[in-house]
Amino acid sequence: MSEIAITSSGRDRGVKFRPVTHDSAFARYALIATAVLFLAIFLLAPLAIVFVEAFSKGIGPFLAAFDDPDARAAIRLTLLVAAIAVPANLVFGLAASWSIAKFSFPGKSVLITLIDLPFSVSPVVAGLVYVLVFGGQGLFGPWLAAHGVQIIFAVPGIVLATIFVTFPFVARELIPLMEEQGKIEEEAALTLGASGFKTFLTVTLPNIKWGLLYGVLLCNARAMGEFGAVSVVSGHIRGLTNTIPLQVEILYNEYNNVAAFALAVLLAGLALVTLGLKTFLEWRHADALSGRARRH
Amino acid sequence: MTSPSLVGKNARRFTAPSVIPGFGLTFGYTLIYLGLIVLFPLATLIWQSSGLGFSGLYEIASEPRVAASLRTTFFISFAAAVVDLFFGLIVAWVLTRYDFPGRRLLDAFVDLPFALPTAVAGISLAALYSPNGWFGAPLADYDIKIAFTRWGILVALIFIGLPFVVRTVQPIISELEAELEEASATLGAGRLQTVIRVMLPPLAPALLTGFALAFARSIGEYGSVIFIAGNIAYVSEIAPLLIVVKLEQYDVPGATGIATIMLAISFAALLLINLVQAWSRRRFGHV
Repeated sequence: MSEIAITSSGRDRGVKFRPVTHDSAFARYALIATAVLFLAIFLLAPLAIVFVEAFSKGIGPFLAAFDDPDARAAIRLTLLVAAIAVPANLVFGLAASWSIAKFSFPGKSVLITLIDLPFSVSPVVAGLVYVLVFGGQGLFGPWLAAHGVQIIFAVPGIVLATIFVTFPFVARELIPLMEEQGKIEEEAALTLGASGFKTFLTVTLPNIKWGLLYGVLLCNARAMGEFGAVSVVSGHIRGLTNTIPLQVEILYNEYNNVAAFALAVLLAGLALVTLGLKTFLEWRHADALSGRARRH
Repeated sequence: MTSPSLVGKNARRFTAPSVIPGFGLTFGYTLIYLGLIVLFPLATLIWQSSGLGFSGLYEIASEPRVAASLRTTFFISFAAAVVDLFFGLIVAWVLTRYDFPGRRLLDAFVDLPFALPTAVAGISLAALYSPNGWFGAPLADYDIKIAFTRWGILVALIFIGLPFVVRTVQPIISELEAELEEASATLGAGRLQTVIRVMLPPLAPALLTGFALAFARSIGEYGSVIFIAGNIAYVSEIAPLLIVVKLEQYDVPGATGIATIMLAISFAALLLINLVQAWSRRRFGHV
């Protein structure tokens, strides 16, 4: 932002002219006002109203929302789903980035496109494809029913749908990062006699740890907050297959605003923590993150 | 463990020789996991819809309620992406070129729609724009209704799409070369002329990409929309919701048909993005 500082330092030196690369004061203030107003209306107000509504009847009703056994079951289920989906995609992200960044083979860009595919699929469609595979009328439906295995309208389906929608997060952060870092350090370690696994643990992992954390953060936020995909496969059975976002929907549709927004506060808090850590990583460890994949 | 070494042997011919180990294992795992989680379920969708055939798909799409929901989804997504394009450019410009108190905080908040779960966004937007909400109440005095109308869908999709435009355009704005602006100014162009004729053209590919990303995301968006849309059939019912409705009525072929059409639209958007980026690399040397 060095060129922006010129205005003030120019004024200090008594320069009356505006640099030709700067907009007029009027344009500047008008644009800043437009941007701030737009962001306030479209981003900050929706965030603020979550907290306002949750505490609208005071702290008592807010806390009471968490005494509900269904709410507690929803929180437990959300934690369980994230505890399976995030590590699963973490392992995949490491495997995919290792094979893509450290080796050259034909069809690499096709593979990367395929890994990104779940981001272009509507969450509802993501849920639907699992219904088509495992649902009662689905591909394996009759076989699963005969063997007493339930995937759709049960926890396994929720986990699968969550893994699908969070699939690319870790991989798309690690692939460009490991490609930028190259493989010289690993080759040095290997030729000096380190085993492959030791090389990964002591050379690669320290290099990618901030990028890995970044990817895991975004993956976790989405895993805990996913609504559309989970909604299709969950069946909305209270106390059994409702995650926090689904419980929020049920409470809201019952006009139980305080309880709905109280649970929403948990998710909004998670979003704020995610944003905070993400901003911190981008600010403090920008050089340890990949320059490319900072869109999601 | 004979199979990994077998994969390794095949892999050695497939990939360039390297001292780094683990290609067979990691590449194999990547393909199997990708295949099982993503490709096989998506292939099942395509296989099921190919059973319907083109005439079957056309029949589903031209069913009045489905056609109305596809039109609603398509046009409102387009409108929201246009709004995001305009305001996203202003926000990106302001956040990159100017310094003012709170700029960093505001910059961090641009990612809020990525981080905030869509169901939370949905109920808070509905609360804001409902007739007794913060924005809904003053607007109701002028007989303007946002919540539970098509305008509500537009508001939700503007929210969802904004960061795509801002985050795509921001890096390109910060890379604009000051020399070009200076040259333009010394050659006698006014500031507005410089901005429009020298600075905006290199931003065009990024703007188009951001627009397409926001549009593609809006087509599939569900959680943030259904709370504020009112979901009136033929009026404010979006296509993803109709998939859910069809599933609840055990009309799996109908749901499959709509899903296939939506998938085709988002892949078309993806293709457009790739074409724009290829063109941009040739024309401007950056993406």
